[in-house]
Amino acid sequence: MIPEIGHYALVLSLVVALVQSVIPMIGANRGDAAWMELARPAAVAQFLLVAIAFSALTHAYVVSDFSVLNVVENSHSAKPLIYKISGVWGNHEGSMLLWVLILAVFGAAVAAFGDSLPPSLLARTLAVQAMIAAGFLLFVLGTSNPFMRVDPPPLDGADLNPLLQDPGLAFHPPFLYLGYVGFSIAFSFAVAALIEGRIDPAWARWVRPWTLAAWSALTVGIALGSWWAYYTLGWGGWWFWDPVENASLLPWLAGTALLHSAIVVEKRDALKAWTVLLAIVAFSLSLIGTFLVRSGVLTSVHAFAVDPARGVFILVLLTIAIGGSLALYAWRAPVLKAGGLFQPISREGALILNNLLLSTATATVLVGTLYPIFLDALDAGKVSVGPPFFNATFIPLMLPLVVAMGIGPMLAWKRGDLLGALGRLKLAALVTAAVGLATYYFRSGGPVMAVVGMAVAAWAIAAAIDELAGRIGLGRLPPGESLRRAARLPGAAWGTALAHAGVGIAIAGMTGSGAWMTERIQYLAPGEQIGIAGTQVRFDEVIRVDGANYVADRGVFSVLSDDGRVVGQLFPERRRFLVSQRVITHSAIRTTGLADLYIALGDPAGEDRPDAWTVRVYHHPLVPWIWIGCVVMALGGVVSLSDRRFRVGAPARRRAVAPGIAGAEPTPATRGGV
Amino acid sequence: MAFRRLWFALPLATFLGVAAYLAIGLTRDPSAVPSALIDKPVPRFALPPLPGHDTGLTSADLVGRPQLVNVFASWCVPCRIEHPLLMQLAELTGVTVRGINYKDPSQDALAWLERFGNPYASIGVDSDGRVAIEWGVYGVPETFLIDGDGRIRYKHIGPLSADDVTTKILPMIRELER
Repeated sequence: MIPEIGHYALVLSLVVALVQSVIPMIGANRGDAAWMELARPAAVAQFLLVAIAFSALTHAYVVSDFSVLNVVENSHSAKPLIYKISGVWGNHEGSMLLWVLILAVFGAAVAAFGDSLPPSLLARTLAVQAMIAAGFLLFVLGTSNPFMRVDPPPLDGADLNPLLQDPGLAFHPPFLYLGYVGFSIAFSFAVAALIEGRIDPAWARWVRPWTLAAWSALTVGIALGSWWAYYTLGWGGWWFWDPVENASLLPWLAGTALLHSAIVVEKRDALKAWTVLLAIVAFSLSLIGTFLVRSGVLTSVHAFAVDPARGVFILVLLTIAIGGSLALYAWRAPVLKAGGLFQPISREGALILNNLLLSTATATVLVGTLYPIFLDALDAGKVSVGPPFFNATFIPLMLPLVVAMGIGPMLAWKRGDLLGALGRLKLAALVTAAVGLATYYFRSGGPVMAVVGMAVAAWAIAAAIDELAGRIGLGRLPPGESLRRAARLPGAAWGTALAHAGVGIAIAGMTGSGAWMTERIQYLAPGEQIGIAGTQVRFDEVIRVDGANYVADRGVFSVLSDDGRVVGQLFPERRRFLVSQRVITHSAIRTTGLADLYIALGDPAGEDRPDAWTVRVYHHPLVPWIWIGCVVMALGGVVSLSDRRFRVGAPARRRAVAPGIAGAEPTPATRGGV
Repeated sequence: MAFRRLWFALPLATFLGVAAYLAIGLTRDPSAVPSALIDKPVPRFALPPLPGHDTGLTSADLVGRPQLVNVFASWCVPCRIEHPLLMQLAELTGVTVRGINYKDPSQDALAWLERFGNPYASIGVDSDGRVAIEWGVYGVPETFLIDGDGRIRYKHIGPLSADDVTTKILPMIRELER
């Protein structure tokens, strides 16, 4: 009964979405307030209905209702509760339902917080949002219905892919989708603004919080995914340039560009057509990502559910959504009036440089990801270009970006003073040089690029701190006054500094793990020791452990101090899942915050050494910083969201033209940030 | 003005191009195509072994009896997919499979072999991809069938499927062995 309620609610939500996509749009064209007003209750109703459907499916998973096909295929009664719940989105049908749910959440949120929006813009935005929802609801109901029944129901299920039974991956899809789908709001706002034919600073001020929220969630989502790859998939790799990973990186890059170009629209009323294009592109890339993952046109470790019929459906959806919005763009964008003028050396100029580099990087990753499909279309088979291509193209684009990232916030709007900005960055430059030299001196055989990487990372962090210090007059004013200024500093300023410093922290981690990783692979018998990076590790024993739905060989390893005391223990496991009979290595990690000691237990060595096991031990310097950096970046986004400018709500259009009034910034009035 | 409008239509045109390719991509399966090198002798080359391995791979190794040469890399996801098949091929059918390790740090390649097994009779390390260029490799994985005279008889692009092995590769090898 409950699955039928869910199914029925989903069908109803499609009906609501169809109504919501037509009536408010017509109302906005005619200026009919009642028709426009329909959009808000409809968005809320659509959310409630999808939420009912999602809860119904979750219920079926939690109580292990094996009369539902989806539950049979992806769950098992002995599975721990958390993986029963995460199993809801650990498969194609359920994950598409989650996609639609998040889409509805964002639509309802815009309806709830939309009081300050002009009624016609709100109506059109929600109508566009409903069009996307209608398309995907049709997709779910038509090709991927999670509520199918089986008769007679089997006694138990086939279990979830053991690789997905992992805390990192349990929460990876929700965050990723919050990001992917969150960009739909920027997209809907952009399309609505194109229909209206006007974009002004107020528009950017409405779009930016949604973009920021989506971007922060996507940052966390990508970080969780790469963390998972690091400790389960890889031999210490954390990014494989896998098509599915690239599918999440593409909207992130475009979204980062959008965040920055929207600042220019907000503060200076310039770059409008470009910003609208970025809003369309960011969500389009999310859609293309969904297509790549769901259609099976690319081979990937991550792709579940490969079905050409679904691929065709999503491609049609994609063509309508992206093709339609870009056609609208080609038709309406030339009408948008260009705003304020500025010199190349200025805050605007720096943000344009940021946009150029980020869009080039986006295009590069897109080409590298799609190249196999192009080759295939030209009758040349499926291949993979892999890290050699991406490393050679992506990294050279990121280096100047990070250098400019340090200088940009120091430049004034309209006309900046490059020498002055550099002068204020003296301290950051000194720190950078010191770190570069120290790395060069101590690098002990690492590649030369490591010096560049560490220097760039230091630059990003030091410049972010330098900029904050300058704003609160640290060292220039009495400490009490500095503290008062710090307290008064708008959230956006803290957010910018945090996000930029986060980039630096992450780069340090990436550089460290790439340059100084060491590994040992060896047969070890209990009692034997292995040394890595100056640490001795003793292999104590292997014991048998029973998990909820697996049995495991658990290795016991002791980390020894110089005088032979045990300072810590690690327990890597080889888990055999009882239902699927798949063996998953579950590595153990001991982190100091500066480096990870990573141990994976391999196969037993075999006949010639009956008690020995293959043991892989890695030392990953700085690797935790990658994820710390990502969290700091996302935190920057959240802090920025708390800015008074956004909380006060989008101010009326007239007031918004004068920047710096809504924000409580003391000096200089033209400063702002992400 | 009309020229300016063209600029704004550029994103649309780009997308339609990409969409067309995606549509063609949907209709495709991994497929084999003839190569310019078919029925030509293998290019002369000599590749060093992986650290800890005894022998690398040279063109002289490819003469004597029919064998397969598989171009692989640890970073290549499709390679991971075809890998179990190569293991079976080497263990169960006795076909000699040799590997060219393409643009791969050696420790990664060793870790990959240690983790998934080593189906290769010998492996040559092509760290900069020079030899792969001479073989006409587009990307990884690719698999070549070499006859007893050291000529390339067949080339498969992309991961091998069980079907490819049973309907194409094995019958061709049996044909050549007669």
